[in-house]
Amino acid sequence: MIKARGLERRFRRKGRNGGEVHAVKGVDLDVSAGELVGFLGPNGAGKTTTLRMLTTLLKPTAGEATVGGRDLLADPLGVRRRIGYVAQGGGTAPASKVVEEIEFQGRLYRMSKEDALARGAVLAEQLDLAGLDQRTTATLSGGQRRRLDIALGLIHSPGLVFLDEPSTGLDPQSRANLWDHIRRLRDEQGVTVFLTTHYLDEADALSDRLIVIDDGKIVAEGTPDSLKARVSGDGVVIGVSPDSAQETAEVAGRLEGAHEMTVTEGTVRFRVPRGDTAMPELLRALDARGIAMTSMQVHRPTLDDVFLTLTGRSLRDAEEGAPTDSAEEKETTHVA
Amino acid sequence: MLHDTWLIFRRDMLAALRNPTWLAIGIMQPLLYLFFFGPLLVKALNAQGLSDVDGWMIFTPAIIAQLALFGSSFVGFGLLAEYRSGVVERLRVTPVSRVALLLGKVLANALQTVVQALIIIALAYLVFDLNAPFSGVVLSLVIVFLLSVTLASCSYALALTLKSEDAFPALLNAVLMPLLLLSGILIPITAGSAPDWLYTISRINPFRHVVDVERNSFRGDFSMDALFTGSVVVLVMAVLAIWWGSRTFQRENA
Repeated sequence: MIKARGLERRFRRKGRNGGEVHAVKGVDLDVSAGELVGFLGPNGAGKTTTLRMLTTLLKPTAGEATVGGRDLLADPLGVRRRIGYVAQGGGTAPASKVVEEIEFQGRLYRMSKEDALARGAVLAEQLDLAGLDQRTTATLSGGQRRRLDIALGLIHSPGLVFLDEPSTGLDPQSRANLWDHIRRLRDEQGVTVFLTTHYLDEADALSDRLIVIDDGKIVAEGTPDSLKARVSGDGVVIGVSPDSAQETAEVAGRLEGAHEMTVTEGTVRFRVPRGDTAMPELLRALDARGIAMTSMQVHRPTLDDVFLTLTGRSLRDAEEGAPTDSAEEKETTHVA
Repeated sequence: MLHDTWLIFRRDMLAALRNPTWLAIGIMQPLLYLFFFGPLLVKALNAQGLSDVDGWMIFTPAIIAQLALFGSSFVGFGLLAEYRSGVVERLRVTPVSRVALLLGKVLANALQTVVQALIIIALAYLVFDLNAPFSGVVLSLVIVFLLSVTLASCSYALALTLKSEDAFPALLNAVLMPLLLLSGILIPITAGSAPDWLYTISRINPFRHVVDVERNSFRGDFSMDALFTGSVVVLVMAVLAIWWGSRTFQRENA
Protein backbone atom coordinates (compact mmCIF):
# COMPACT_ATOMS: atom_id res chain seq x y z
CA MET A 1 0.00 0.00 0.00
CA ILE A 2 2.84 2.35 0.82
CA LYS A 3 6.37 2.04 -0.40
CA ALA A 4 8.69 4.96 0.20
CA ARG A 5 12.40 5.21 -0.46
CA GLY A 6 14.64 7.94 0.81
CA LEU A 7 11.92 10.48 1.48
CA GLU A 8 13.46 13.74 2.54
CA ARG A 9 12.17 17.16 3.33
CA ARG A 10 14.05 20.33 4.05
CA PHE A 11 12.45 23.60 5.02
CA ARG A 12 13.86 27.04 4.69
CA ARG A 13 13.53 28.64 8.03
CA LYS A 14 11.65 31.89 8.03
CA GLY A 15 13.18 35.14 9.12
CA ARG A 16 16.41 36.93 8.46
CA ASN A 17 18.94 34.36 9.60
CA GLY A 18 17.16 31.72 7.53
CA GLY A 19 19.09 28.50 7.46
CA GLU A 20 17.64 25.13 6.64
CA VAL A 21 15.74 22.65 8.71
CA HIS A 22 16.16 19.05 7.72
CA ALA A 23 12.83 17.78 9.04
CA VAL A 24 12.87 14.35 7.43
CA LYS A 25 16.21 12.81 6.58
CA GLY A 26 15.64 9.91 4.24
CA VAL A 27 12.77 7.69 5.29
CA ASP A 28 12.04 4.22 3.89
CA LEU A 29 8.60 2.80 4.57
CA ASP A 30 6.77 -0.35 3.57
CA VAL A 31 3.17 -0.93 4.51
CA SER A 32 1.22 -3.87 3.11
CA ALA A 33 -2.49 -4.02 2.50
CA GLY A 34 -4.56 -4.69 5.61
CA GLU A 35 -1.91 -3.59 8.06
CA LEU A 36 -2.51 -1.26 10.98
CA VAL A 37 0.73 0.60 11.33
CA GLY A 38 1.65 3.04 14.05
CA PHE A 39 4.13 5.79 13.31
CA LEU A 40 5.58 6.76 16.64
CA GLY A 41 7.84 9.58 17.64
CA PRO A 42 8.05 12.70 19.78
CA ASN A 43 6.70 16.02 18.58
CA GLY A 44 9.03 17.53 16.03
CA ALA A 45 10.47 14.15 15.02
CA GLY A 46 9.11 14.47 11.47
CA LYS A 47 5.93 12.42 11.77
CA THR A 48 3.56 15.01 10.42
CA THR A 49 5.98 16.10 7.72
CA THR A 50 6.32 12.51 6.52
CA LEU A 51 2.57 12.08 6.59
CA ARG A 52 2.02 15.28 4.64
CA MET A 53 4.43 14.08 1.99
CA LEU A 54 2.69 10.71 1.68
CA THR A 55 -0.69 12.43 1.34
CA THR A 56 0.44 14.83 -1.44
CA LEU A 57 0.20 17.90 0.78
CA LEU A 58 3.91 18.50 0.73
CA LYS A 59 6.43 17.83 -2.00
CA PRO A 60 9.41 15.74 -0.90
CA THR A 61 12.78 17.43 -1.36
CA ALA A 62 14.17 14.05 -2.34
CA GLY A 63 13.11 10.42 -2.55
CA GLU A 64 10.21 8.60 -4.13
CA ALA A 65 7.12 6.74 -3.07
CA THR A 66 4.11 4.85 -4.29
CA VAL A 67 0.98 5.27 -2.24
CA GLY A 68 -2.13 3.22 -2.91
CA GLY A 69 -0.41 1.87 -6.01
CA ARG A 70 0.14 5.30 -7.57
CA ASP A 71 3.37 7.19 -7.91
CA LEU A 72 3.40 10.05 -5.45
CA LEU A 73 5.32 12.45 -7.65
CA ALA A 74 4.00 11.50 -11.08
CA ASP A 75 0.34 10.99 -10.21
CA PRO A 76 -0.64 12.89 -7.04
CA LEU A 77 -4.24 13.05 -8.25
CA GLY A 78 -4.35 9.25 -8.46
CA VAL A 79 -3.00 9.05 -4.92
CA ARG A 80 -5.61 11.54 -3.68
CA ARG A 81 -8.44 9.48 -5.16
CA ARG A 82 -7.26 6.36 -3.36
CA ILE A 83 -6.46 7.60 0.12
CA GLY A 84 -8.34 9.08 3.03
CA TYR A 85 -6.65 11.55 5.31
CA VAL A 86 -7.75 12.74 8.71
CA ALA A 87 -5.69 15.68 9.88
CA GLN A 88 -4.61 16.25 13.42
CA GLY A 89 -6.96 19.15 14.06
CA GLY A 90 -9.79 17.79 11.95
CA GLY A 91 -11.25 19.80 9.13
CA THR A 92 -14.90 20.60 9.58
CA ALA A 93 -16.41 24.07 9.29
CA PRO A 94 -18.04 24.94 12.62
CA ALA A 95 -21.19 26.43 11.08
CA SER A 96 -21.85 23.56 8.67
CA LYS A 97 -24.31 20.81 9.39
CA VAL A 98 -23.06 17.25 9.62
CA VAL A 99 -25.12 16.13 6.64
CA GLU A 100 -23.86 19.05 4.53
CA GLU A 101 -20.26 18.17 5.26
CA ILE A 102 -20.88 14.54 4.35
CA GLU A 103 -22.60 15.37 1.08
CA PHE A 104 -19.99 17.99 0.16
CA GLN A 105 -17.11 15.62 0.91
CA GLY A 106 -18.63 12.84 -1.19
CA ARG A 107 -19.24 15.15 -4.10
CA LEU A 108 -15.64 16.33 -4.00
CA TYR A 109 -14.82 12.72 -4.88
CA ARG A 110 -17.34 12.88 -7.72
CA MET A 111 -19.96 10.79 -5.97
CA SER A 112 -23.57 11.62 -6.70
CA LYS A 113 -25.53 13.33 -3.95
CA GLU A 114 -27.51 10.12 -3.36
CA ASP A 115 -24.41 7.94 -3.16
CA ALA A 116 -22.68 10.37 -0.82
CA LEU A 117 -25.65 10.46 1.52
CA ALA A 118 -26.13 6.69 1.42
CA ARG A 119 -22.46 6.07 2.15
CA GLY A 120 -22.62 8.77 4.82
CA ALA A 121 -25.51 6.99 6.51
CA VAL A 122 -23.57 3.71 6.57
CA LEU A 123 -20.53 5.44 8.06
CA ALA A 124 -22.67 7.31 10.59
CA GLU A 125 -24.03 3.97 11.71
CA GLN A 126 -20.57 2.42 12.00
CA LEU A 127 -19.06 5.38 13.77
CA ASP A 128 -21.91 6.05 16.19
CA LEU A 129 -22.91 9.28 14.51
CA ALA A 130 -26.49 8.33 13.64
CA GLY A 131 -29.05 10.99 14.38
CA LEU A 132 -26.59 13.89 14.31
CA ASP A 133 -27.29 14.85 10.67
CA GLN A 134 -28.87 18.19 11.36
CA ARG A 135 -26.46 19.32 14.08
CA THR A 136 -23.80 21.88 13.23
CA THR A 137 -20.32 20.51 13.71
CA ALA A 138 -19.61 23.17 16.35
CA THR A 139 -22.19 21.55 18.65
CA LEU A 140 -20.64 18.06 18.49
CA SER A 141 -18.53 16.72 21.32
CA GLY A 142 -14.81 16.27 20.74
CA GLY A 143 -15.21 12.54 20.23
CA GLN A 144 -18.14 12.95 17.84
CA ARG A 145 -16.29 15.53 15.78
CA ARG A 146 -13.26 13.25 15.58
CA ARG A 147 -15.45 10.40 14.36
CA LEU A 148 -17.05 12.76 11.83
CA ASP A 149 -13.56 13.66 10.59
CA ILE A 150 -12.90 9.97 10.15
CA ALA A 151 -16.22 9.44 8.39
CA LEU A 152 -15.33 12.24 5.97
CA GLY A 153 -11.95 10.63 5.33
CA LEU A 154 -13.71 7.35 4.50
CA ILE A 155 -16.56 8.71 2.40
CA HIS A 156 -15.08 7.43 -0.87
CA SER A 157 -14.23 4.01 0.61
CA PRO A 158 -10.45 4.35 0.29
CA GLY A 159 -8.32 1.26 0.80
CA LEU A 160 -5.79 3.27 2.76
CA VAL A 161 -6.42 5.84 5.42
CA PHE A 162 -3.98 8.14 7.20
CA LEU A 163 -4.84 9.25 10.71
CA ASP A 164 -2.70 12.01 12.19
CA GLU A 165 -2.70 11.89 15.99
CA PRO A 166 -6.26 10.60 16.05
CA SER A 167 -6.88 10.71 19.78
CA THR A 168 -5.19 13.98 20.69
CA GLY A 169 -7.41 16.09 22.90
CA LEU A 170 -9.98 13.38 23.62
CA ASP A 171 -11.03 12.28 27.08
CA PRO A 172 -10.06 8.71 28.08
CA GLN A 173 -13.47 7.26 27.33
CA SER A 174 -13.72 8.78 23.85
CA ARG A 175 -10.20 7.59 23.24
CA ALA A 176 -10.96 3.98 24.06
CA ASN A 177 -14.09 4.22 21.94
CA LEU A 178 -12.11 5.67 19.03
CA TRP A 179 -9.57 2.87 19.28
CA ASP A 180 -12.38 0.35 18.92
CA HIS A 181 -13.55 2.08 15.78
CA ILE A 182 -10.07 2.21 14.30
CA ARG A 183 -9.52 -1.50 14.99
CA ARG A 184 -12.84 -2.30 13.40
CA LEU A 185 -11.93 -0.36 10.27
CA ARG A 186 -9.15 -2.80 9.69
CA ASP A 187 -10.76 -5.97 11.05
CA GLU A 188 -14.16 -5.64 9.43
CA GLN A 189 -13.52 -3.56 6.37
CA GLY A 190 -9.95 -4.44 5.55
CA VAL A 191 -8.86 -0.80 5.39
CA THR A 192 -5.12 -0.29 5.68
CA VAL A 193 -4.51 2.19 8.47
CA PHE A 194 -1.42 4.32 8.93
CA LEU A 195 -1.60 6.38 12.07
CA THR A 196 0.82 8.70 13.76
CA THR A 197 0.92 9.10 17.49
CA HIS A 198 3.16 10.27 20.23
CA TYR A 199 1.22 8.30 22.80
CA LEU A 200 2.90 5.04 23.66
CA ASP A 201 -0.23 3.44 24.99
CA GLU A 202 -2.05 4.21 21.77
CA ALA A 203 0.74 2.80 19.63
CA ASP A 204 0.87 -0.24 21.90
CA ALA A 205 -2.88 -0.84 21.95
CA LEU A 206 -3.60 -0.32 18.27
CA SER A 207 -0.75 -1.21 16.01
CA ASP A 208 0.21 -4.51 14.44
CA ARG A 209 3.51 -2.96 13.65
CA LEU A 210 5.31 0.13 14.82
CA ILE A 211 7.69 2.39 13.02
CA VAL A 212 9.65 4.65 15.33
CA ILE A 213 10.95 7.95 14.04
CA ASP A 214 13.29 10.29 15.84
CA ASP A 215 14.97 13.39 14.51
CA GLY A 216 13.82 12.74 10.96
CA LYS A 217 15.08 9.16 10.77
CA ILE A 218 13.50 5.76 11.29
CA VAL A 219 15.17 4.32 14.35
CA ALA A 220 13.28 1.05 14.72
CA GLU A 221 10.38 -0.99 13.48
CA GLY A 222 8.61 -4.13 14.52
CA THR A 223 5.65 -5.37 16.52
CA PRO A 224 5.14 -3.67 19.86
CA ASP A 225 6.21 -6.89 21.59
CA SER A 226 9.34 -7.39 19.54
CA LEU A 227 10.34 -3.79 20.22
CA LYS A 228 9.72 -4.25 23.89
CA ALA A 229 11.81 -7.41 23.84
CA ARG A 230 14.77 -5.27 22.88
CA VAL A 231 14.67 -3.75 26.30
CA SER A 232 16.33 -6.23 28.55
CA GLY A 233 14.25 -7.09 31.50
CA ASP A 234 11.58 -5.68 33.74
CA GLY A 235 11.93 -2.40 35.53
CA VAL A 236 11.97 -2.52 39.32
CA VAL A 237 11.55 0.46 41.64
CA ILE A 238 12.02 -0.04 45.37
CA GLY A 239 11.35 2.53 48.05
CA VAL A 240 13.34 2.29 51.30
CA SER A 241 14.44 4.72 53.98
CA PRO A 242 17.23 7.00 52.66
CA ASP A 243 19.78 5.53 55.08
CA SER A 244 19.44 2.03 53.75
CA ALA A 245 19.21 2.88 50.05
CA GLN A 246 22.86 2.13 49.35
CA GLU A 247 22.72 -1.18 51.17
CA THR A 248 19.54 -2.11 49.33
CA ALA A 249 21.28 -1.46 46.04
CA GLU A 250 24.11 -3.77 47.04
CA VAL A 251 21.69 -6.54 47.91
CA ALA A 252 19.72 -6.05 44.73
CA GLY A 253 22.93 -6.01 42.72
CA ARG A 254 23.50 -9.63 43.72
CA LEU A 255 20.32 -10.71 41.97
CA GLU A 256 21.07 -12.64 38.83
CA GLY A 257 21.17 -10.35 35.80
CA ALA A 258 20.41 -7.15 37.69
CA HIS A 259 21.66 -4.10 35.83
CA GLU A 260 21.10 -0.38 35.16
CA MET A 261 21.13 0.20 38.90
CA THR A 262 20.46 3.77 40.00
CA VAL A 263 20.09 5.02 43.55
CA THR A 264 18.43 8.26 44.45
CA GLU A 265 17.31 9.35 47.90
CA GLY A 266 15.17 6.54 49.20
CA THR A 267 14.61 4.97 45.78
CA VAL A 268 16.49 2.16 44.08
CA ARG A 269 15.85 1.38 40.43
CA PHE A 270 17.20 -1.43 38.33
CA ARG A 271 16.37 -3.89 35.62
CA VAL A 272 16.25 -7.63 36.02
CA PRO A 273 15.33 -10.32 33.45
CA ARG A 274 12.47 -11.86 35.41
CA GLY A 275 11.01 -9.36 37.85
CA ASP A 276 8.34 -11.73 39.09
CA THR A 277 10.76 -14.42 40.30
CA ALA A 278 13.46 -12.04 41.46
CA MET A 279 11.19 -10.20 43.89
CA PRO A 280 10.61 -12.93 46.51
CA GLU A 281 14.35 -13.53 46.61
CA LEU A 282 15.06 -9.84 47.09
CA LEU A 283 12.41 -9.58 49.78
CA ARG A 284 13.97 -12.41 51.78
CA ALA A 285 17.46 -10.97 51.42
CA LEU A 286 16.39 -7.54 52.58
CA ASP A 287 14.41 -9.02 55.43
CA ALA A 288 17.44 -10.95 56.62
CA ARG A 289 19.35 -7.68 56.88
CA GLY A 290 16.50 -5.94 58.63
CA ILE A 291 15.83 -3.45 55.82
CA ALA A 292 12.19 -2.40 55.61
CA MET A 293 10.81 -1.70 52.18
CA THR A 294 8.28 1.14 51.93
CA SER A 295 7.15 0.39 48.38
CA MET A 296 7.86 -1.83 45.43
CA GLN A 297 6.97 -1.72 41.77
CA VAL A 298 7.72 -4.09 38.96
CA HIS A 299 6.74 -3.18 35.45
CA ARG A 300 7.00 -4.88 32.11
CA PRO A 301 9.01 -2.94 29.57
CA THR A 302 6.93 -0.19 27.95
CA LEU A 303 7.41 1.52 24.64
CA ASP A 304 8.74 4.42 26.62
CA ASP A 305 11.56 2.14 27.75
CA VAL A 306 12.01 1.13 24.13
CA PHE A 307 12.27 4.71 23.08
CA LEU A 308 14.78 5.33 25.83
CA THR A 309 16.88 2.37 24.78
CA LEU A 310 16.76 3.34 21.11
CA THR A 311 17.43 7.04 21.40
CA GLY A 312 18.98 7.50 24.79
CA ARG A 313 16.17 9.69 26.02
CA SER A 314 12.66 9.02 27.13
CA LEU A 315 9.78 10.07 24.94
CA ARG A 316 8.76 12.63 27.51
CA ASP A 317 12.21 14.22 27.60
CA ALA A 318 12.23 14.26 23.84
CA GLU A 319 8.95 16.14 23.90
CA GLU A 320 10.24 18.77 26.25
CA GLY A 321 13.44 19.22 24.35
CA ALA A 322 11.63 19.19 21.01
CA PRO A 323 13.48 21.46 18.62
CA THR A 324 11.69 24.75 18.24
CA ASP A 325 13.13 25.27 14.80
CA SER A 326 10.61 23.05 13.07
CA ALA A 327 8.57 26.21 12.58
CA GLU A 328 7.17 25.04 9.27
CA GLU A 329 5.86 21.87 10.74
CA LYS A 330 4.29 23.67 13.66
CA GLU A 331 2.63 25.94 11.20
CA THR A 332 0.70 23.02 9.83
CA THR A 333 -0.82 22.08 13.13
CA HIS A 334 -4.16 23.68 13.45
CA VAL A 335 -5.63 25.56 16.30
CA ALA A 336 -8.42 23.21 17.21
CA MET B 1 -13.26 21.99 -12.92
CA LEU B 2 -16.72 23.49 -13.49
CA HIS B 3 -18.23 20.80 -11.29
CA ASP B 4 -15.75 21.55 -8.53
CA THR B 5 -16.16 25.31 -8.88
CA TRP B 6 -19.90 24.92 -8.54
CA LEU B 7 -19.48 22.79 -5.40
CA ILE B 8 -17.25 25.35 -3.72
CA PHE B 9 -19.42 28.24 -4.88
CA ARG B 10 -22.53 26.59 -3.49
CA ARG B 11 -20.86 25.82 -0.19
CA ASP B 12 -19.73 29.42 0.28
CA MET B 13 -23.07 30.87 -0.79
CA LEU B 14 -24.87 28.59 1.67
CA ALA B 15 -22.53 29.70 4.41
CA ALA B 16 -23.16 33.36 3.56
CA LEU B 17 -26.93 32.87 3.49
CA ARG B 18 -26.85 30.97 6.74
CA ASN B 19 -25.46 34.02 8.42
CA PRO B 20 -26.69 37.08 6.47
CA THR B 21 -25.64 39.36 9.31
CA TRP B 22 -22.18 39.60 7.76
CA LEU B 23 -23.64 40.70 4.44
CA ALA B 24 -25.66 43.32 6.29
CA ILE B 25 -22.59 44.55 8.16
CA GLY B 26 -20.66 44.65 4.89
CA ILE B 27 -23.20 46.97 3.35
CA MET B 28 -23.40 49.26 6.40
CA GLN B 29 -20.36 51.35 5.54
CA PRO B 30 -21.42 52.24 2.01
CA LEU B 31 -24.93 52.92 3.29
CA LEU B 32 -23.55 55.34 5.88
CA TYR B 33 -21.64 57.10 3.13
CA LEU B 34 -24.73 57.15 0.96
CA PHE B 35 -26.94 58.79 3.57
CA PHE B 36 -24.59 60.86 5.73
CA PHE B 37 -21.98 61.94 3.20
CA GLY B 38 -23.74 61.69 -0.17
CA PRO B 39 -26.15 64.61 0.34
CA LEU B 40 -23.29 66.91 1.41
CA LEU B 41 -21.08 66.00 -1.51
CA VAL B 42 -23.86 66.09 -4.07
CA LYS B 43 -24.94 69.55 -2.91
CA ALA B 44 -21.37 70.81 -3.15
CA LEU B 45 -20.82 69.22 -6.56
CA ASN B 46 -24.05 70.69 -7.89
CA ALA B 47 -23.49 74.14 -6.37
CA GLN B 48 -19.95 74.53 -7.69
CA GLY B 49 -20.84 73.25 -11.11
CA LEU B 50 -18.00 70.75 -10.95
CA SER B 51 -20.03 68.33 -12.96
CA ASP B 52 -22.30 68.52 -15.93
CA VAL B 53 -24.67 65.92 -14.46
CA ASP B 54 -26.47 65.54 -11.17
CA GLY B 55 -24.12 64.82 -8.26
CA TRP B 56 -25.82 61.50 -7.52
CA MET B 57 -24.69 60.24 -10.91
CA ILE B 58 -21.15 60.93 -9.75
CA PHE B 59 -21.47 59.67 -6.22
CA THR B 60 -23.54 56.47 -6.52
CA PRO B 61 -21.21 54.62 -8.93
CA ALA B 62 -18.24 55.66 -6.80
CA ILE B 63 -19.82 54.26 -3.67
CA ILE B 64 -20.45 50.87 -5.27
CA ALA B 65 -16.82 50.82 -6.43
CA GLN B 66 -15.85 51.50 -2.83
CA LEU B 67 -18.12 48.68 -1.72
CA ALA B 68 -16.27 46.29 -4.03
CA LEU B 69 -12.91 47.66 -2.96
CA PHE B 70 -13.42 47.20 0.76
CA GLY B 71 -15.95 44.37 0.80
CA SER B 72 -13.85 42.05 -1.35
CA SER B 73 -10.44 42.91 0.01
CA PHE B 74 -11.06 41.40 3.40
CA VAL B 75 -12.47 38.03 2.26
CA GLY B 76 -9.04 36.54 2.94
CA PHE B 77 -9.96 36.57 6.61
CA GLY B 78 -12.57 33.91 5.96
CA LEU B 79 -9.95 31.79 4.24
CA LEU B 80 -7.57 32.18 7.18
CA ALA B 81 -10.34 30.93 9.47
CA GLU B 82 -10.84 27.92 7.18
CA TYR B 83 -7.11 27.37 7.14
CA ARG B 84 -6.96 27.33 10.93
CA SER B 85 -9.89 24.96 11.23
CA GLY B 86 -8.24 22.53 8.81
CA VAL B 87 -10.88 22.85 6.09
CA VAL B 88 -8.34 24.02 3.52
CA GLU B 89 -6.11 21.02 4.13
CA ARG B 90 -9.07 18.68 4.06
CA LEU B 91 -9.99 20.00 0.61
CA ARG B 92 -6.42 19.92 -0.65
CA VAL B 93 -6.11 16.21 0.00
CA THR B 94 -9.18 15.47 -2.14
CA PRO B 95 -8.94 15.35 -5.94
CA VAL B 96 -10.71 18.73 -6.18
CA SER B 97 -9.24 21.14 -8.73
CA ARG B 98 -7.01 23.78 -7.12
CA VAL B 99 -8.23 26.47 -9.47
CA ALA B 100 -11.82 25.58 -8.57
CA LEU B 101 -11.05 26.08 -4.89
CA LEU B 102 -10.23 29.69 -5.74
CA LEU B 103 -12.83 30.33 -8.44
CA GLY B 104 -15.75 28.96 -6.43
CA LYS B 105 -14.96 31.25 -3.53
CA VAL B 106 -14.24 34.28 -5.68
CA LEU B 107 -17.44 33.92 -7.69
CA ALA B 108 -19.47 33.62 -4.49
CA ASN B 109 -17.86 36.83 -3.19
CA ALA B 110 -18.43 38.68 -6.45
CA LEU B 111 -22.08 37.68 -6.58
CA GLN B 112 -22.59 38.86 -3.01
CA THR B 113 -20.98 42.20 -3.88
CA VAL B 114 -23.26 42.62 -6.89
CA VAL B 115 -26.32 41.99 -4.73
CA GLN B 116 -25.13 44.55 -2.20
CA ALA B 117 -24.48 47.03 -5.01
CA LEU B 118 -28.00 46.47 -6.33
CA ILE B 119 -29.43 47.33 -2.92
CA ILE B 120 -27.44 50.56 -2.80
CA ILE B 121 -28.45 51.56 -6.31
CA ALA B 122 -32.08 50.78 -5.55
CA LEU B 123 -31.97 52.98 -2.44
CA ALA B 124 -30.32 55.79 -4.39
CA TYR B 125 -33.13 55.55 -6.93
CA LEU B 126 -35.87 55.52 -4.33
CA VAL B 127 -34.55 58.03 -1.82
CA PHE B 128 -32.41 60.41 -3.83
CA ASP B 129 -34.03 60.28 -7.26
CA LEU B 130 -30.97 58.87 -8.96
CA ASN B 131 -31.68 58.86 -12.65
CA ALA B 132 -29.28 56.51 -14.39
CA PRO B 133 -30.17 54.52 -17.51
CA PHE B 134 -30.84 50.82 -17.04
CA SER B 135 -28.19 49.71 -19.50
CA GLY B 136 -25.61 51.87 -17.77
CA VAL B 137 -26.43 50.36 -14.39
CA VAL B 138 -26.11 46.85 -15.82
CA LEU B 139 -22.70 47.63 -17.30
CA SER B 140 -21.58 49.18 -14.02
CA LEU B 141 -22.60 46.00 -12.21
CA VAL B 142 -20.53 43.92 -14.62
CA ILE B 143 -17.56 46.16 -13.81
CA VAL B 144 -18.23 45.83 -10.08
CA PHE B 145 -18.37 42.06 -10.51
CA LEU B 146 -14.96 42.02 -12.21
CA LEU B 147 -13.53 44.42 -9.65
CA SER B 148 -14.76 42.16 -6.88
CA VAL B 149 -13.26 39.08 -8.60
CA THR B 150 -9.95 40.93 -8.81
CA LEU B 151 -9.83 42.01 -5.21
CA ALA B 152 -11.15 38.77 -3.76
CA SER B 153 -8.52 36.74 -5.67
CA CYS B 154 -5.76 39.05 -4.47
CA SER B 155 -7.12 38.90 -0.94
CA TYR B 156 -7.07 35.08 -0.89
CA ALA B 157 -3.61 34.96 -2.42
CA LEU B 158 -2.31 37.47 0.09
CA ALA B 159 -3.95 35.76 3.06
CA LEU B 160 -2.52 32.36 2.09
CA THR B 161 0.90 33.86 1.53
CA LEU B 162 1.01 35.74 4.82
CA LYS B 163 -0.94 33.21 6.91
CA SER B 164 -1.19 35.81 9.65
CA GLU B 165 -4.30 37.42 11.04
CA ASP B 166 -2.16 40.33 12.24
CA ALA B 167 -0.11 41.13 9.17
CA PHE B 168 -3.01 40.67 6.75
CA PRO B 169 -5.27 43.60 7.80
CA ALA B 170 -2.27 45.83 8.47
CA LEU B 171 -0.97 45.35 4.96
CA LEU B 172 -4.45 45.71 3.45
CA ASN B 173 -5.07 49.03 5.18
CA ALA B 174 -1.70 50.31 4.07
CA VAL B 175 -2.52 49.48 0.46
CA LEU B 176 -6.20 50.36 0.38
CA MET B 177 -6.03 53.88 1.81
CA PRO B 178 -3.86 55.38 -0.97
CA LEU B 179 -5.82 53.39 -3.57
CA LEU B 180 -9.05 54.85 -2.22
CA LEU B 181 -7.85 58.45 -1.96
CA LEU B 182 -6.17 58.41 -5.36
CA SER B 183 -9.13 56.85 -7.13
CA GLY B 184 -11.32 59.93 -6.80
CA ILE B 185 -14.06 57.88 -5.18
CA LEU B 186 -14.91 60.55 -2.64
CA ILE B 187 -14.35 63.60 -4.81
CA PRO B 188 -13.56 63.19 -8.51
CA ILE B 189 -9.94 63.95 -9.34
CA THR B 190 -9.98 65.85 -12.63
CA ALA B 191 -7.44 67.96 -14.47
CA GLY B 192 -9.48 70.97 -13.43
CA SER B 193 -10.11 70.15 -9.77
CA ALA B 194 -6.72 68.78 -8.71
CA PRO B 195 -3.13 70.05 -8.80
CA ASP B 196 -1.19 68.61 -11.72
CA TRP B 197 0.98 66.28 -9.67
CA LEU B 198 -1.98 64.79 -7.82
CA TYR B 199 -3.84 64.32 -11.08
CA THR B 200 -0.79 62.59 -12.56
CA ILE B 201 -0.43 60.21 -9.63
CA SER B 202 -4.10 59.35 -9.75
CA ARG B 203 -3.76 58.42 -13.43
CA ILE B 204 -1.25 55.74 -12.41
CA ASN B 205 -3.73 54.20 -9.99
CA PRO B 206 -5.61 51.52 -11.92
CA PHE B 207 -8.66 51.83 -9.68
CA ARG B 208 -9.12 55.41 -10.77
CA HIS B 209 -9.85 54.18 -14.27
CA VAL B 210 -12.30 51.64 -12.94
CA VAL B 211 -14.14 54.36 -11.02
CA ASP B 212 -14.14 56.49 -14.19
CA VAL B 213 -15.70 53.75 -16.26
CA GLU B 214 -18.31 53.18 -13.53
CA ARG B 215 -19.27 56.85 -13.68
CA ASN B 216 -19.31 56.95 -17.45
CA SER B 217 -21.56 53.94 -17.70
CA PHE B 218 -23.90 55.43 -15.10
CA ARG B 219 -24.39 58.51 -17.19
CA GLY B 220 -25.00 56.32 -20.22
CA ASP B 221 -21.87 57.37 -22.06
CA PHE B 222 -21.02 54.22 -24.01
CA SER B 223 -18.46 55.83 -26.30
CA MET B 224 -15.19 54.04 -26.92
CA ASP B 225 -13.38 56.92 -25.28
CA ALA B 226 -15.36 56.70 -22.06
CA LEU B 227 -15.24 52.95 -21.58
CA PHE B 228 -12.10 51.63 -23.21
CA THR B 229 -9.34 52.33 -20.67
CA GLY B 230 -11.32 51.39 -17.56
CA SER B 231 -12.71 48.20 -19.10
CA VAL B 232 -9.32 47.05 -20.28
CA VAL B 233 -7.80 47.87 -16.91
CA VAL B 234 -10.40 45.92 -14.93
CA LEU B 235 -10.23 42.94 -17.29
CA VAL B 236 -6.45 42.78 -17.16
CA MET B 237 -6.50 43.13 -13.38
CA ALA B 238 -9.05 40.35 -13.04
CA VAL B 239 -7.01 37.99 -15.21
CA LEU B 240 -3.78 38.76 -13.36
CA ALA B 241 -5.47 38.40 -9.98
CA ILE B 242 -6.98 35.02 -10.84
CA TRP B 243 -3.61 33.90 -12.14
CA TRP B 244 -1.91 34.96 -8.90
CA GLY B 245 -4.65 33.41 -6.79
CA SER B 246 -4.61 30.08 -8.63
CA ARG B 247 -0.85 29.92 -8.44
CA THR B 248 -1.00 30.46 -4.71
CA PHE B 249 -3.68 27.80 -4.33
CA GLN B 250 -1.74 25.36 -6.47
CA ARG B 251 1.59 25.95 -4.83
CA GLU B 252 2.38 23.16 -2.48
CA ASN B 253 2.02 23.81 1.21
CA ALA B 254 -0.33 26.72 0.56
